[in-house]
Amino acid sequence: MTFLTFLPKLHGGAVITLKLTALSALVALGVSLGVGILRLSRWRAVRGLALLYVEIFRGTSALVQVFYFFFVLPLLGIRLSPLTAGVLALGLNFGSYGSEVVRAAILNVPRGQREAAIALNLSRAATLRRIILPQAFVAMLPPFGNLLIDLLKSTSLLSLITLSDLTFAGKVIVQGQGHVTEVYVLVLLLYFVMALLLGRLMREAERRVTRGLHLGPAR
Amino acid sequence: MTFNYAYALQILPQLLQATLVTFEATIGGMFLALLGGLILAVMRLSGIRLLGSFAQGIIEFVRGTPLLIQLYFLFYVLPLYGVRLNALFTGIVGLGLHYSTYTAEVYRAGIEGVPRGQWEAALALNFTRRHTWTRIVLPQAVPPILPVLGNYLIGMFKDTPLLATITVLELLGTAQADAAMTYRYFEPYTLVGLIFLALSYPSALLVRRLETRIAAQRRHAQ
Repeated sequence: MTFLTFLPKLHGGAVITLKLTALSALVALGVSLGVGILRLSRWRAVRGLALLYVEIFRGTSALVQVFYFFFVLPLLGIRLSPLTAGVLALGLNFGSYGSEVVRAAILNVPRGQREAAIALNLSRAATLRRIILPQAFVAMLPPFGNLLIDLLKSTSLLSLITLSDLTFAGKVIVQGQGHVTEVYVLVLLLYFVMALLLGRLMREAERRVTRGLHLGPAR
Repeated sequence: MTFNYAYALQILPQLLQATLVTFEATIGGMFLALLGGLILAVMRLSGIRLLGSFAQGIIEFVRGTPLLIQLYFLFYVLPLYGVRLNALFTGIVGLGLHYSTYTAEVYRAGIEGVPRGQWEAALALNFTRRHTWTRIVLPQAVPPILPVLGNYLIGMFKDTPLLATITVLELLGTAQADAAMTYRYFEPYTLVGLIFLALSYPSALLVRRLETRIAAQRRHAQ
């Protein structure tokens, strides 16, 4: 069966796709937490700048951002490898969506928690780190899971800036040997399997984090 | 490298022209997505198990795979089986198919969000099926899903640059063509970013306003 002979060639690409997903997810996570917290800063200017970043990255297309990082930044003297450019672009793009998740989760922590921290004379930093974020984190996980799967799919855009991910590997085979149908069906299936596995992983993480917590309205 | 305003002004009309193609793709894609989502939602709510799981399977698969590959598939594979569409139409079908899996879930959530008592009341009042839907269920199901659909419309708008990869000369494709001729990437790509921002940011604000208004109305009604 010719169908499966392409699998080994796509395997390397799939591994790179997973790597790109992991790297971009790390950048996005850092940006989400940082910007999400800055959006609730005491200082107006800081809040304004954070909002500006979010609106710019949410307001433009991910592919346009990827191209911008790859083609335009070098002209401005910022030389990045294709990998760095791609990971940064996707990380910043998803960070803008993720920061909204973080912001909403922090705002949803019951008021009493903050008041209790003040009553206990905890510093602002300690309140955030020890009281607010651990509780907010639980609420962040489900939306983060959805974003992670979206991110996995979006890494396919990086094939357009020369990164040899799964999409790229598929294109190379098609250009060299044809078999368009088989190759693209296989590529789609591989992405699907990766998305399923990631989804399962995130649900497992959610289950572990919420274990023993009494969430939801009191009965 | 400095921003060359003269060059930017020179290509701006061309890019604005290409924005029309982007609009065409968005509107066409949304039309298909609204229709396709309805079909998928009806299949899922039909109560026929085979039909329901079939729709569910399509939704999961299409959602679990990148739009880019779906576009490649439609563009390169369909012609092999005698389905010849032009690039723009292929792109519209791709966007429509991809987003119909999202709209299907939105419809379902909207309909399932109508309290059971409303159906029972309609039954008790001897409403016909048609009246139950048009007078009771839909008027309550539609408003809450409008902002969600609005967000998907904006999302689709921002996904249209992917059509450039299947040779559609929309906004990004046109900018690419310009850049390839002059080797100037700065101006075309910056303009593309600005045009996207100028269109999607106000739309997002509008959707947010709609969201708060509908939420306020709901609170008022309760």
